[in-house]
Amino acid sequence: MTVNPSGWRPTAPANEQVETQTVTGNRALQLEEPLLFERGRLDQTGVDLPDAKVSGKRLKGLERNRYIGLPGLSEPEMVRHYTRLSRQNYAIDLGLFPLGSCTMKHNPRLNEKVARMPGFADVHPLQPQETVQGALQVISELASWLLALTGMHAVAMSPKAGAHGELCGLLCIRSALEARGDAREVVLVPESAHGTNPATAAFAGYRVESIPANKAGRVDLEALKARLGADVAAVMITNPNTCGLFEPDMIAISEAVHAAGAFVYCDGANFNAIVGRVRPGDLGIDAMHINLHKTFSTPHGGGGPGSGPVVLSEALAPFGPLPFVAKMADGSFKLVAEENADEEHPDAFGRMTAFHGQMGMFTRALAYILSHGADGLRQVAEDAVLNANYVLRSLADVLDAPFAGSGPCMHEAIFSDKGFAEGLSTIDLAKALIDEGFHPMTMYFPLVVHGAMLVEPTETESKAALDQFIAAMRSIAGRAKAGDQSLKAAPIYAPRRRLDETLAARKPVLVYREPEQAQAAE
Amino acid sequence: MRYLPLSDTDRSQMLQAVGAKSIDDLFVDVPKAARLDGLVEGLPLHASELAVERHMSALSKKNMVAGDVPFFLGCGAYRHHVPASVDHIIQRGEFLTSYTPYQPEIAQGTLQMLFEFQTQVARLFGCDIANSSMYDGSTACWEAILMAGRVTRREKAILSSGLHPHYVSVCNTMAKFTGDTLETSVPTLSAETDAEQLIAAIDDQTSAVVVQYPDILGRITDLAPIAEAAHAKGALLIAVVTEPVALGLIKSPGEMGADIVVGEGQSIGVGLQFGGPYVGLFACNEKFVRQMPGRLAGETVDAEGKRGFVLTLSTREQHIRREKATSNICTSSVLCALAFTAHLTLLGEKGLRQLASLNHARACEAADRLAAIPGVEVVNDGFFNEFTVKIPVEARSAAHTMVEKGVLAGVSLGRLYPNAPELESGLVIAVTETVTDEDIDALEAALKEVVR
Repeated sequence: MTVNPSGWRPTAPANEQVETQTVTGNRALQLEEPLLFERGRLDQTGVDLPDAKVSGKRLKGLERNRYIGLPGLSEPEMVRHYTRLSRQNYAIDLGLFPLGSCTMKHNPRLNEKVARMPGFADVHPLQPQETVQGALQVISELASWLLALTGMHAVAMSPKAGAHGELCGLLCIRSALEARGDAREVVLVPESAHGTNPATAAFAGYRVESIPANKAGRVDLEALKARLGADVAAVMITNPNTCGLFEPDMIAISEAVHAAGAFVYCDGANFNAIVGRVRPGDLGIDAMHINLHKTFSTPHGGGGPGSGPVVLSEALAPFGPLPFVAKMADGSFKLVAEENADEEHPDAFGRMTAFHGQMGMFTRALAYILSHGADGLRQVAEDAVLNANYVLRSLADVLDAPFAGSGPCMHEAIFSDKGFAEGLSTIDLAKALIDEGFHPMTMYFPLVVHGAMLVEPTETESKAALDQFIAAMRSIAGRAKAGDQSLKAAPIYAPRRRLDETLAARKPVLVYREPEQAQAAE
Repeated sequence: MRYLPLSDTDRSQMLQAVGAKSIDDLFVDVPKAARLDGLVEGLPLHASELAVERHMSALSKKNMVAGDVPFFLGCGAYRHHVPASVDHIIQRGEFLTSYTPYQPEIAQGTLQMLFEFQTQVARLFGCDIANSSMYDGSTACWEAILMAGRVTRREKAILSSGLHPHYVSVCNTMAKFTGDTLETSVPTLSAETDAEQLIAAIDDQTSAVVVQYPDILGRITDLAPIAEAAHAKGALLIAVVTEPVALGLIKSPGEMGADIVVGEGQSIGVGLQFGGPYVGLFACNEKFVRQMPGRLAGETVDAEGKRGFVLTLSTREQHIRREKATSNICTSSVLCALAFTAHLTLLGEKGLRQLASLNHARACEAADRLAAIPGVEVVNDGFFNEFTVKIPVEARSAAHTMVEKGVLAGVSLGRLYPNAPELESGLVIAVTETVTDEDIDALEAALKEVVR
């Protein structure tokens, strides 16, 4: 007698779907978890603290006398609550995220170990500088690596995420223009750009205009040249672009922009495609943010924290924000901040955040960079590009790939929903992917491709993982083109079916209300 | 290399499958002038985990660790004890390595957690609603000012002199580019805050008054009269809380009339980490919801009628509204929000109150001991866990001297306000539950020495 007479394997689909009700609402390991406010009690706590007598004489009559409404849990209940919640999340530790533009790569655990070394974790940002030389050295070392890899002149380490870095870059540009008495009003942004680009340009006080793409999915150089003029402050380019294609005219673009007296801002979200093989500085850019939580493996954490250091050209370096770390002649490190700005960095545009930046992400990124080294990082880009091309060529016969005919892609491949049967579109393919055990790819971005599906596997996916993804994609694409309307019911195996986002926006419920309160409100 | 699963066999098979002779064929679009034929020069090659750990450990040992010495620094970052289970929860792979919850069906863990976080923040701050985090307190403060500008359609904000100088610096920087006018001033070394001056300064051009609670010198002030004065002129009160543990013991800004309450969540669940990553808290009156920045988790139902959570009201945000977005924020600080919410859940109402009481009691103890030193004056008549002392010598160099005695004694006002000589005798001392009697003894002894 064989142990597995049905021949079922973990990689095969389930044999049958059985609808059963359980008393608890649970399904074996799929455990429903109520809200903290439905579980905890106001008099429950999971921390042992001594009681302290407080005389109110130094509280200026402001002692709190109402309940806050914060239920507590004992430690066993707390651990169970969050562990159950965690199990309703997909994550890189579980499987592939083909998310174009996000670079969801493996998050090494060495990074976590290093970040938690007490000399990094338990150090206050305002300690006297002689007591934090090691921390300052980490920032300086990471900065050196970023400069070497990008071929740029200076780096602002303090921005807290990519969008914050974009703002930093644009404010450097704006300051440089104002310093030469040439304030300009417009920033040009490709239609294919990530939403943070125009949002940031508006935040920085600019009017945004679009640059069209040509049929090959690249920036239309002639159209750009025609638009450049005395009112254009900067052009924001993503390279490789959001269709996963390298901009072959990048040097010509930079030259044209500089000739018109403007600056080139490069969105570095796609640096994973070229790290160690191309230095953006050699392409003539003036500023580029780097997402440490993309290219340099710091964990995404469900939505941050990230880190967005910005490399700057020689022209923009004087305007970089405070504070930054300077290496002194005697080998020690100094934080240059407002108080030494006048002598050392008088043209800084200002400060972007309290304290010095995302130190916890610096230690993680530096551990990753040291682990890979120059040779490893070059291999990262090569494997990332190879993986994406492998996916592209393995799907180009079943899914419309608008640029597949014109050459290789870089680290991500773009498909459209052209050819899907009536009533079915990208979202249906994406939700069906969930049932196959994958996170959907980036959808409906960039806007320049209809029903865009942007797939970025990254270099940390094995060939076997890619083959399984490709098989699932081929199956679902086939169903979509054949008009299999059952796709509209997907996902059916996830902890939740499709959620009503219209209802959520029409009647926003953003905090918990006790049932009596909720009823009264209606 | 340990993070790269592809073998050389895989690579050649895959190159063949894509019709490329070598990997260089896939980089054809890169102009020759920009191609690096070899490795970037001057950089080391890959290293083992052992070697990297050794290198980083050596760097970490060049820092004075807060937990190893008597430690009294605050001013926007506080050392509290974080229970061991919190750090384990944030290292669960399904939280640590998950993505922004744009696909809610497989992100209910993150979304429900954020809904709970939003509820906790709103209640703690005494507001109707809160978002799912900002980068930190300083950027949350600026976003609040921008939001007040959108709501009131005015361009002038008044910042209290008690607002953290880094926060003021961030706001001044951003206002330079948006054209907003900010009225700012430097604090005085006195028990009184600038509440009266603020009230007098509010006019019908004011969009908001921004008040930190407790302030940079640790002083606490009743926000209700300021709120009233602001509302009388059609302006908003923005309260800034850099030490949320305080709200376990003192009234919330929301219940005193603040319209927007922002803050720094670092002191609950998130360690010092030399300044980041931290977590910005943002709460407000629900009538302003469509003007809020940042992501919002909202309740809804799925196709089977089961309760679930989604990111909602996304039409405010960059990926939908692009240049018309309320903010350009994308990635925020969700993992730190998890640390905050997990720690606060462990504390609960009862534990938070106990923790806050303990902090205040320790701070009172320390203040009494230091006040007894001849020449040392405690400036505050009110505080939570942080107060300012005035000493007869320059506080900044005194702080350095005390480092040599192995005591991290506090943050000198000279460090925070290098251009304000009238503040150079001020030293801000934070005392949390992690401070022992021996620590206070050591601080007392060190301070006695430097003021002699």
